[in-house]
Amino acid sequence: MIRTLLILLLTALPASAETMRMAVTTSFDASGLAEVLLPEIAAETGIEVQLLVVGTGQALRLGEAGDVDAVLVHSRTAEEAFVEAGHATHRREIMYNDFVLIGPTGDPAGIAGAPDAAAALTRIAESRAPFVSRGDDSGTHKAELALWDAAGIAPEGAWYRPTGSGMGAALNTTVAMGAYILSDRATWLNFGNREGMAVLFEGDPALFNQYAYLPMNPARHPHVASGAAMAVEDWLTSEKGQALISGFTIAGERLFTANAMPAAK
Amino acid sequence: MVSLLPLELEGATLTRGGRRLVGPIDLRVEAGGITVVIGPNGSGKTSLLRMMHGLQPAKGTLRWNLPEAEARLRQSFVFQRPVVLRRSVAANLAYPLLLRGTPRAKARAMAEAQAARFDLTGQLDQPAPSLSGGEQQRLALARALITAPEMLFADEPCAALDGRATRAVESHLRYAGRRTTLVMSTHDMGQARRLASRVVFLLHGRVHESSPAAQFFARPETEAARAFLNGDIVE
Amino acid sequence: MDDLLDGLAAAVRLIVTADAELIAITLLSLRVTLTAVAIACLIGLPLGAWLAVRRFRWRRAVIATLNALIGLPPVVVGLVVYLMLSRSGPFGVLGLLFTPTAMIVAQVVIVTPLVASIAHQAMRELWAEYHDLLISLGATRRQRVLALILDGRRSLLTAALAGFGRAIGEVGAIMIVGGNIDGATRVLTTAIALETGRGDFALALGLGFVLIALALIVSGASHWAMRTERQSRW
Repeated sequence: MIRTLLILLLTALPASAETMRMAVTTSFDASGLAEVLLPEIAAETGIEVQLLVVGTGQALRLGEAGDVDAVLVHSRTAEEAFVEAGHATHRREIMYNDFVLIGPTGDPAGIAGAPDAAAALTRIAESRAPFVSRGDDSGTHKAELALWDAAGIAPEGAWYRPTGSGMGAALNTTVAMGAYILSDRATWLNFGNREGMAVLFEGDPALFNQYAYLPMNPARHPHVASGAAMAVEDWLTSEKGQALISGFTIAGERLFTANAMPAAK
Repeated sequence: MVSLLPLELEGATLTRGGRRLVGPIDLRVEAGGITVVIGPNGSGKTSLLRMMHGLQPAKGTLRWNLPEAEARLRQSFVFQRPVVLRRSVAANLAYPLLLRGTPRAKARAMAEAQAARFDLTGQLDQPAPSLSGGEQQRLALARALITAPEMLFADEPCAALDGRATRAVESHLRYAGRRTTLVMSTHDMGQARRLASRVVFLLHGRVHESSPAAQFFARPETEAARAFLNGDIVE
Repeated sequence: MDDLLDGLAAAVRLIVTADAELIAITLLSLRVTLTAVAIACLIGLPLGAWLAVRRFRWRRAVIATLNALIGLPPVVVGLVVYLMLSRSGPFGVLGLLFTPTAMIVAQVVIVTPLVASIAHQAMRELWAEYHDLLISLGATRRQRVLALILDGRRSLLTAALAGFGRAIGEVGAIMIVGGNIDGATRVLTTAIALETGRGDFALALGLGFVLIALALIVSGASHWAMRTERQSRW
């Protein structure tokens, strides 16, 4: 019996193909887009992409340490600083999605009719309705802070709850508290536990969220799978890859809009 | 073959945490016979036996007729409360032989023969801890003797046993005493009279009197020994 | 209540259909944990026995340290192992981060003190019983430790099972050093954390029930081992 078990355990080792590691944000993985793209990438390029699902902050740290071969994140300022510091060879825009403000269907702060995102946030702050923040230095968190900043509000007080957790966990907290939250649309549409909550505000261009792909710099970290990272970038920005991204829907809603510029060669 | 004995103690003392348990002891144990150590509770009987066997390092001189490493292999000890290994009876009996490098098959055969001698054949494959107290002590004695030691120490070997078990252990001790020099302690004067060829009377951790058994029991030399034999309380 | 029932249904469905992903995840959980426990036993059991048998100056300090290490927060262990194995850490060249090996390393660190401490307690008890006899029989130090390990094997098995119980349910450390990569380092506990994060409580609970079943099997085995121990003793 022990021998059978041993054989089972040993054969459970994954078959070794060419692999690369990519740190992605929770929103990308939770959307379900990864499940569509990764098998296609494997089939067409023979590269098995292993996803590390983390916040933008940690994704960039992973890249900086050389623990991943590429990152796919959404925080322009941080990304540009990252390339500037020489950690990545360049930054390539792939697609964008958008953030939405979610809250209890009763909408106690009355944000549904707000003219823009800044006004919606102002109404939440003024009514002191509970607001859950990711608080984890992720791209979504940074986007949220930028929106507060644009609204001229420094969010603090008992109504503002930074959780320091991923999108899903923060959504669970929000549902449990009947609070407001800024979420990416994809995670929200895929989220199973939506009781009594709805998208209350959307569509302001300030809520658009650009994803970019950054391959790590082999000059900095000689061990990175640079070839694979290039191949995956080429695939993501190819007509086929871009079409798959834009064609991905949940419940009939398009989540991502592909907007890669053709290679400047 | 050079004999292990005599064993000579000169000023041998056993202490623990600064407290003297026994000693200083001057004593010579000659080959042959059964030496019985008697004395009131707390007089140091157990400590004396443990010191002679080397279970605890002693101060003073403790000299065997052989180098210590070799002397160790030619003596055994039977404890007041039988200690059995958590294994089968057969494995208990074979263990001392295996420690000395006897091949497994031979050790097993010797264990079976020893079990037959000690009336343990029926329990050979039983776990030793499941035996009764009397059986455990018989096993401990059989195990102590399986290496054919020249010297056997037995510390109140029957203290925890009932009459029948005591009779069995005594008969084995008497039989062993024909080939093995035996030093045992007891608080049972009847047992001392039945087995002893020589008596060492301990008092306050010192040898108070040491003489041939017949002489000791007939004409004890000291007041304390006389009182002890009379069953008086000796302080 | 509905969530629980859905979870149960999900668990049954996963098991009955022999869901390929579930099997892969469960096998990886077992592979990582069993390997870690085996290594922890190779270190912890002899260490426990040795601490029971040897008297040396820092013995008490070592034992106290060992007992304190049991309370080591797994998340901190994970973080430290992560920093060690990161490409920019001291062992980065090995390229072990985000592999099952890294998870095994973290679990060994977490489990070894527990195994060693339980082994030490059991061995100390047995050594008190055997001490005089083994000295009397002239057993060498090696022979003594061997006798303790052999005759205390059931208690040692209990130590190993306790280690298994702690390792199989651990999530904090292996999440950090394994990265919860689908198909590479995703195990039962990290999958549960992920599904909870997705709000898919049914699947999370389903995986949870599989994990509980594994833990129950192990604790059952542990009880069985203890019972046979008592029977053979009395």
